[in-house]
Amino acid sequence: MIADILTVMWKERKGLLRSGGSRIRGVLGFLIPMVMLGIYLPLQIGRALVEGPWSLLASVFIPMMLAGMMIPESFAGERERHTLETLLASRLPDRAILFGKVVVAVGYAWGITLMLLLVSLVMVNITHWDGRVLFYTPIMVLANVALSLLFASLVAGLGVLISLRAATVQEAQQNLMTATLFPLVLLQIVPLLLLNVVPNGKALLRKLVAAANPTQIILVVIASLVVLDLALFVAAMARFKRARLIVD
Amino acid sequence: MTETAIRIENITRDFDTVRAVDGLSLEVPPGIIFGLLGPNGAGKTTIIYLLLGLLEPTSGRAEVLNFDTQTQADEVRARCGALLEHPGLYEQMSAEDNLEFYGRIWRMPASKRQARIKELLTHMGVWERRKERVGTWSKGMKQRLALARAMIHRPPLIFLDEPTAGLDVVSAVMVRDDLEALAAREGVTVFLTTHNMAEAERLCSQVAVIREGKLMAIGHPDELRAQAGGPRLEIIGRGFDDNVLNLLRAHVDVAAAEVENERLTIDLREGVDAAPIVSLVVSAGIQVEEVHRGRPSLEEVFLTLMEEER
Repeated sequence: MIADILTVMWKERKGLLRSGGSRIRGVLGFLIPMVMLGIYLPLQIGRALVEGPWSLLASVFIPMMLAGMMIPESFAGERERHTLETLLASRLPDRAILFGKVVVAVGYAWGITLMLLLVSLVMVNITHWDGRVLFYTPIMVLANVALSLLFASLVAGLGVLISLRAATVQEAQQNLMTATLFPLVLLQIVPLLLLNVVPNGKALLRKLVAAANPTQIILVVIASLVVLDLALFVAAMARFKRARLIVD
Repeated sequence: MTETAIRIENITRDFDTVRAVDGLSLEVPPGIIFGLLGPNGAGKTTIIYLLLGLLEPTSGRAEVLNFDTQTQADEVRARCGALLEHPGLYEQMSAEDNLEFYGRIWRMPASKRQARIKELLTHMGVWERRKERVGTWSKGMKQRLALARAMIHRPPLIFLDEPTAGLDVVSAVMVRDDLEALAAREGVTVFLTTHNMAEAERLCSQVAVIREGKLMAIGHPDELRAQAGGPRLEIIGRGFDDNVLNLLRAHVDVAAAEVENERLTIDLREGVDAAPIVSLVVSAGIQVEEVHRGRPSLEEVFLTLMEEER
């Protein structure tokens, strides 16, 4: 099984390097976010990027964006390009195909995010040097490492389920974007609405924020994401079956 | 080598209200090129999917290389190669990488994998182009590469779903040549679906004709042609008229006679010598240019079978 997963990963990695059919496009797809988020953003935000919660935004959105682009390409793309049937007619087990594809997508999204965080950290230290090395607090390191992995996995699990129901890569990407961004938008809108509806809402919010323990919040979020990710992968494993894929 | 490469026993497959395969039974001996002929929608692709264990039958069963396609589907797929309706090549990858991927899937050791890739690409005459992206290749080249991919692990049995469909004449001939050469050299059993009768006639030592998922006929192409009618005489010349036709139709050895565009077609009764009939035509004043003796083509047999049940 491990050898089969590695085989699928080998192919996915080849496809990744040849993104859009060209090696140059593959390299650009890697360099553009690196320059934008690893260099430009640190120059704009400065030390607050490391001292404040800004890096958490990168740990949430970058892996979501990268996994959200790769998973539909990998799953709906195989169907759209008619390569899935041939793959299913081979001796590869269903789970090797699923895991091989997911591991590469999550690994790529996670790896790039961590690399961006590292590059941005170096950039902040270089451009805003004040005589001491600036580094994330231990809880921020844990949050960045864990959240980027878990959000990449979340989008990967959701992306598999959506891609298997989509006819094209474009349809899968659109549906996945809607499914991932909608809850995040709600998370921003609902508290604002509640502030206006609940009496003394602003005072209550200030009280809640003052009483909140960031470490506890981060641990609760991580635990919730672990449960959600596992549930999505179980659902994806149940859905990714030859007989169903051929009939669909 | 097993006694039968494929055994299908009364297999049926329904998709909602549509019956794609209807109580089909047949056996394919090992080492031959077997052709499954049928019009579009006859159930040919569904049969390949059933044999590869990608679909489960609604009823009945099948064995491939002595493995049950339902309970031992992994064993079946581990021993077969397949070129399905689409070539299924990764167009952004090179030809070499496409073969490399499937070589890895079949867990071929690296040295054997490399040697086999070189052997197949050299056979195709594209070893020098192995680093090119497959997406830049012609449809015929892709199909030949897909055929090579299906055979990379030297399977004892390969399934080919209309391998020359949509190809131009030259490409189709090249694919057929590749298939014929590889099958002969490697002793592989080939299960081929097609609606190209000339292809089946040339390649297959046994064919089955299906229509709406039902078996209509099975046998060697010559046997099917013999079943469809006796020997046939084709005379090309000038001067054909109704008198000649009436003379022939009245002859005891002639089953039927037709003229079309200076081509006289005479269906003879079984075991009849053609020479006296040709003499009769010549003595009737016809200027004979060419004479051919044969049997109805597989295409005519196929069309007859398609018409019979309507």
